[in-house]
Amino acid sequence: MTELSLKAPAVGESPDTKTTSAREREVFLPRDARRRTPISTLLERLRWPLGIYTTPVVILIAWEVLARAGVLAKTYAPAPTSIVKSAADLWQQGVLGPDLAISLQRAGTGLAIGLTVGVITGVLGGLLRSGEYLFNGLVQVLNTIPLLAVLPLMIVWFGIDELTKVLLISFGAGVPMYLNLFAAIRGVDQRLIEMARTTGAGTWRLVTRVLVPGALPGFLVGLRFSLAYSVLGLVAAETVNADKGLGFLITQGQTYLQTNQVFVGLVVYSLLGLLADQFVRALERVLLRWRPSYEAS
Amino acid sequence: MSSAVATETRRQTGVAVEQVVRRFGDRVVLDHLDLTIADEELVILLGPSGCGKSTLLRLLAGLDRPDGGRVEVPARRAIVFQADRLLPWQRVLRNVTLGLHGPGADQRARDVLAEVGLSGREKAWPKELSGGEAQRVSLARALVSEPELVLLDEPFAALDAITRLRMHDLVRALRTRHHAAMLLVTHDVDEAIALADRIVVMSNGRIGTSHDVHLSAADREASVARETLRARLLEDLGLAGQH
Repeated sequence: MTELSLKAPAVGESPDTKTTSAREREVFLPRDARRRTPISTLLERLRWPLGIYTTPVVILIAWEVLARAGVLAKTYAPAPTSIVKSAADLWQQGVLGPDLAISLQRAGTGLAIGLTVGVITGVLGGLLRSGEYLFNGLVQVLNTIPLLAVLPLMIVWFGIDELTKVLLISFGAGVPMYLNLFAAIRGVDQRLIEMARTTGAGTWRLVTRVLVPGALPGFLVGLRFSLAYSVLGLVAAETVNADKGLGFLITQGQTYLQTNQVFVGLVVYSLLGLLADQFVRALERVLLRWRPSYEAS
Repeated sequence: MSSAVATETRRQTGVAVEQVVRRFGDRVVLDHLDLTIADEELVILLGPSGCGKSTLLRLLAGLDRPDGGRVEVPARRAIVFQADRLLPWQRVLRNVTLGLHGPGADQRARDVLAEVGLSGREKAWPKELSGGEAQRVSLARALVSEPELVLLDEPFAALDAITRLRMHDLVRALRTRHHAAMLLVTHDVDEAIALADRIVVMSNGRIGTSHDVHLSAADREASVARETLRARLLEDLGLAGQH
């Protein structure tokens, strides 16, 4: 004991003599106390200057440079700037605006139906055993069927009009919502449910204060998948007999080898996906404040 | 608190357990066990781990049913579990009002939180509380409904020694205000002596021995009587000569 306490201050005073010491030691200081040179500050700033958008922006810049240098042929991958220009042109011609609107309308309707069905069945399945027996087997089977494989059948059943498109989107949105919500409700800590019962809380309290908030993280995961799959369903649906909408824009561009136009459609789709993701993230920040979360360094 | 509650609790005995049997498979955990707890009595159930203490407590709580015999408990009862079991997605106040209804619920919760020394923390999230604070919230949650029986399942086992002593003071203070029968399960002999009106030791699925504790607060800290009681409890637990 005495030997240790005699040695320790000596090491603490001169960290440089660490190599001579037999035992390795670690010294923790406040983060600000580290010496800050202009170079280290610059490096810190440069590491991830745009947060999660750093990689996409780097790719875009590389793409632009390669396109301008003539490495990428215009018909294969036009430069990002020329895609933006095409988008602006299409908007001014009055094509992009209405197409986007009709696509959003389809996605919105499909999502509304899919989420409603998914949430209702998910809640019933999660809360009630009879609900589980009613829906679970069916949805598990549906889940294994690829979205795109249902499309031909839907065309046979519902024709090639709006109904098929909307139903395909709602199918894509409803299934992951059910699965996640069911798992989330069943996954609420059994000990908390037991505790709530002993406090004299009734079934309503149990559902509203324990099960619903406890299932919220899983619900948001479901929402994330639902939004992503609804965009997927939108893309698939709009390649069928579309005379308007983003899918029509892309098909048209493909037919006339207007690669620019194809890319505009793709960019809009990806922006929709990005927006959906940001929307769920914002929801999570507000609704899951109570959760002790891990933040990577 | 209200006189109506007090007269009602006087009417019958707090807890009556008669010849209760509980089996898990072939293993008989509770073997024709008898136990009565009077009104406002604090009984400490002592026993080595795995002897069926928690099983008995769960039977009294109504979380489990006996395989034989009879359990009679007040309808108004509350449990403090070993872990705080707070809802992480509700703030402290809403955790306490979980089982409460009516317009005065929030104010009653505030009053009880003040009693356990947590006034001003109503808006905190459970993740912001220390272990002792969280367990005090769960104590408040149990007491807020003015129960006639409070069951405590090793409530302070996970707390450090200093916090545990503070919690003992708190339990003593709360007993003067809340008139409830209490059953506290523990494996800590010193905790038992510090708090109990009566200590019962479980062995072989039954109540083995019962010791009435009539000691002043000072005598519970240090006295010949305390040491004698401690030695006898250790002997009952089969630990004589080791301490």
